Amino acid sequence: MKERTIVKLENVSFKYDREWVVKDVNLEIEKGQFLGLVGPNGSGKSTLIKLMLGLVKPVEGSVQLFGKPLKQYDDWQEIGFVSQKANSFNSGFPATVIEVVKTGLVSRIGAFKFFNKKHKEKAMDALKIVGMEDYAYSNIGELSGGQQQRVFIARALVSDPGLLILDEPTVGVDAKHVTEFYELLARLNKEQGITLLMVTHDIGTITDHATHVVCMNKTVHFHGASEEYKEFSDEDMNQLYGHPVQQLTHNHDHHEVNHYD
Amino acid sequence: MIESFFQYEFLQNAAITGILIGIVAPLLGVFIVVRRLSLIADALSHITLTGIAASLLLEKRVSPVSEWNPIYMGMVFSVIGAILIERLRKVYKHYEELAIPIILSGGIGVGVILISLADGFNTDLFSYLFGSVTAVSRDSMWTVLMITTLVVLIVILFYKELFVLSFDEEHASISGVNGRWIHLLFIVMVALVIASSMQVVGILLVSALMTLPVASALRIAKSFKQTIGLSIAFGETSVLVGLFSSYHLSVPPGGTIVVTAILILIMSILYKKVRAQQWIKGEA
Repeated sequence: MKERTIVKLENVSFKYDREWVVKDVNLEIEKGQFLGLVGPNGSGKSTLIKLMLGLVKPVEGSVQLFGKPLKQYDDWQEIGFVSQKANSFNSGFPATVIEVVKTGLVSRIGAFKFFNKKHKEKAMDALKIVGMEDYAYSNIGELSGGQQQRVFIARALVSDPGLLILDEPTVGVDAKHVTEFYELLARLNKEQGITLLMVTHDIGTITDHATHVVCMNKTVHFHGASEEYKEFSDEDMNQLYGHPVQQLTHNHDHHEVNHYD
Repeated sequence: MIESFFQYEFLQNAAITGILIGIVAPLLGVFIVVRRLSLIADALSHITLTGIAASLLLEKRVSPVSEWNPIYMGMVFSVIGAILIERLRKVYKHYEELAIPIILSGGIGVGVILISLADGFNTDLFSYLFGSVTAVSRDSMWTVLMITTLVVLIVILFYKELFVLSFDEEHASISGVNGRWIHLLFIVMVALVIASSMQVVGILLVSALMTLPVASALRIAKSFKQTIGLSIAFGETSVLVGLFSSYHLSVPPGGTIVVTAILILIMSILYKKVRAQQWIKGEA
């Protein structure tokens, strides 16, 4: 195993009840990559991430993080996670932005120890990276969807992770802010050297920003540089998705909409 | 009440116990409310009643001469109830709230049978249902002091784990927080605090002291720590005003404490409304 390999999945399969959701997945993520994980609904993208995070255990195969088998891995501050569910938290929850961001330090601080001033400063630094420092003492429920998303990224960043995993982070963020959001991710990837893994529906946009793309439907159908993925033909895509796919964002020049007359 | 306080031991017991539960019930109440577990307090208070009834019956049948303190048996039943709720929540994964009516009605059902076997309803039982300023023994007061100290220490020690678990269970899990153990520890603390509070507030109203002050605090507070602080302040005010008026009006403290808490709740709702209107005017 190469030293630069951060995540390694070998023949990983998983099923809820009877049906395989993830089947024979082999995947390596290397340091410094910005990897987009795309695929149709129900293709097992979120499950694959849960497998990497140890939230569910593989039925077959093995998962390694930073060179260690998942079972022995305990260095969780190395991995930041922004969940799809982050947006659907109880919005009446009485907490300030800074209180939420500080929870990203829980694994770093460890049991029987308390939050202190240094942790607060770290949380403020993370908020500065995502441009939310002015909202540190606002109630989390009062922010817009896009602002909340930034706060959850700050929470994932506060423990200085080497790998940041984002599950559909642009859902609930208005289109105007999506571009800004991708710029933020590119900055994290290039300037802070953070390896990114992002699950998304937005095939067009991700290929413009990510360095690599993985396309899966239960198993991996494509894994390579974004440039190569753009060559991946529409026919291949249709086969994969099982129905015609319009790469809307991709083909802005000639926008065709099918009418069923 | 002040002169009588120094004169009568029973008043000291009730007042000190009241002050203690005024801190600890809303403290745990904050976590209960934000995790949407408000009804668990109700279920546990009802099964505490079963414990009280069992204790009264055993006292009668086994040793009619000596007097037992039913609070201990109440605590044992409450803790067992808490563990049963957790088990049932696993059995009915998709209907987690079902555990609450099962335990609640089961507790009352068994309780009623035990009470009848112990020769029916008497004044003792009435004071457990609605609270009493005279029924708290010195012995119980010390027990409540011990439980309060223990619970406050555990909450301080596990504050960040309890907070992250309340806000986002998934994130807690990838932060290496052992959710199952922390949750079990938490629910056992809730069971102990409910059994501690019942002598002053009464079984039927104990959950009010855990939820009403929090409901008021939620209207005003911005941060989680503020919510805790305000909840305790409101809970303490309710207990003190409630005990004082209970003594002077000769009505059970459960009633006066809850009515005070409701008045605070109404004021906090009005406060928020007035603030919102001022804000709109300011903008215009």
